[in-house]
Amino acid sequence: MKILVAISKVPDTTAKITFKEGNTVFNEEGVQGIINPYDEWYALVRAIELKEAAPDTILHLITVGDNSTDPILRKALALGGDEAIRINIKPTDSYSVASQIAAVAKEGGYDLILTGKETIDYNDASVPGILAELLDLPFVPVATKLTIEGDKATVVKEIEGGEQTEAGQFPLVISCAKGMAKQRMPNIRNVMAARTKPIKVVEPVGVDLLTETVLFELPAAKSGVKLVEAGQEEELVRLLHEEAKVI
Amino acid sequence: MSVLIYIDHSEGQVKKASLEALSYGAAIAAKMNTTAEAVLLGKVTDSLPELGAYGITKLHHSEDEAFETADTQSLARSVAELATKLGSTVIIFAANATGVGVAPRIAARLKAGLVSSAVDLPSLENGFTVKKVVFSGKAFAHVKINTPIKVITLTGNSFGIQQSVATAEIETLDIHPEPSKIQFVSLDKIKGEVPLTEAEIVVSGGRGLKGPENWNLVTDLAHALHGAVACSRPVADDGWRPHHEHVGQTGVQIAPNLYIAIGISGAIQHLGGVNRSKVIVVINKDPEAPFFKAADYGIVGDAFEIVPRLTAAINKLKG
Repeated sequence: MKILVAISKVPDTTAKITFKEGNTVFNEEGVQGIINPYDEWYALVRAIELKEAAPDTILHLITVGDNSTDPILRKALALGGDEAIRINIKPTDSYSVASQIAAVAKEGGYDLILTGKETIDYNDASVPGILAELLDLPFVPVATKLTIEGDKATVVKEIEGGEQTEAGQFPLVISCAKGMAKQRMPNIRNVMAARTKPIKVVEPVGVDLLTETVLFELPAAKSGVKLVEAGQEEELVRLLHEEAKVI
Repeated sequence: MSVLIYIDHSEGQVKKASLEALSYGAAIAAKMNTTAEAVLLGKVTDSLPELGAYGITKLHHSEDEAFETADTQSLARSVAELATKLGSTVIIFAANATGVGVAPRIAARLKAGLVSSAVDLPSLENGFTVKKVVFSGKAFAHVKINTPIKVITLTGNSFGIQQSVATAEIETLDIHPEPSKIQFVSLDKIKGEVPLTEAEIVVSGGRGLKGPENWNLVTDLAHALHGAVACSRPVADDGWRPHHEHVGQTGVQIAPNLYIAIGISGAIQHLGGVNRSKVIVVINKDPEAPFFKAADYGIVGDAFEIVPRLTAAINKLKG
């Protein structure tokens, strides 16, 4: 089995989000980059589990980014994976990221391409779907369970108010969500071993830019909390009913 | 030139998120001086002409039930072909489980710019720019689409459902899905619960509730309000509640009319997933809990005493 896991560098979940240049550019200064949690905790760790169950599995990692993404690739390799591929261009929109990955993946003969369900920075949740279409592969989004038997995958996916189980043959694209696997920490031995694992740098292909972010905006601050004394719950209900008109 | 809205349905009923998508698409069409049309693939019990109340003039409908278990590839192909035939320039999906699977495929297929998780109508000054959620609710981005065809998925509860008195013309489609490569196996619906992303009211509990055995405080209040139940990340990680109830930056992101947080301190990762709620109520024993800064109303005190009284007060209001 040959698996490709797509990972993305995102700001740490505790990062305060600010912008510069007239709110047109995300301010990366002082912001720690981490592996997108959905990519790491679910897609990558599930792929590692599959490799542990079938040790002849080849596991490749891929990201789109300049050399500032190398530290997260090293961390990902320390968790598991045989080789990382970095497509040497700063990521822009989902279509361009998916197109870059597709250009590499179509030559790779992968049975399974796993991604996180979305990145926590641009929240497009679109790279896996676009990638699947560009590669003409079946796609299951927002999977919470994945089991493999031979070349058949059984996937449980989240839908509104429940779960749906689906099955498909390799090759296929799956985006991964909570439930898929448990978060892991790399151990020291694997961190050392990851130092010598290859990061293959690939030059990007030309892609048209279909969308561009022209302006960022921070949410309006709340005007201040109205506190109600404990014991005055009926007053809170009155405020929610008459003032806020939400109940 | 027209706006095409995809109508999603489940167990014979049009999803609420799609009614909102219809309202949104109709408003875009009005802004662009064009018509809004919709496509529905499969069978529903809703009256189809009455869907015109949400602003569409025409509904393209295929009764083929095979669409109900069609995979993303097959659905994308059918909808993209219809959009091309109709000359649709804007294609709208709800940003739900179906939208997230099908909209990106259609965008790639038609080489159309895509904005996912839109929260407002596009601005047509200076091109076509759509406001969307980024950084998991910590910010918004205005994204300009540079292609002739645009695909948008709409965040639930961000635009609202708008109704008038009108009917839609029904156009029967003689189309059938190509065989799916992904086979449907089973559907497991959680009965009697309001899906989180569609709920107008959400009641959520955190570690402050001390253990899963105390969750009746949360569920009783949620039931009194006909709302959905949610939880913070530590609660889901500790297995007190199922993962699908986890709201926050790495869980479900929601924007209900009312969000009530009980025993949740309000870490930045949690706030990102809920701060688009219209009204936030925080109940916490710690007056310094960061959540109070993001709240509209709050009670400082013991949740074990406050919440039952609040539930009783709601029941009294509802008679």
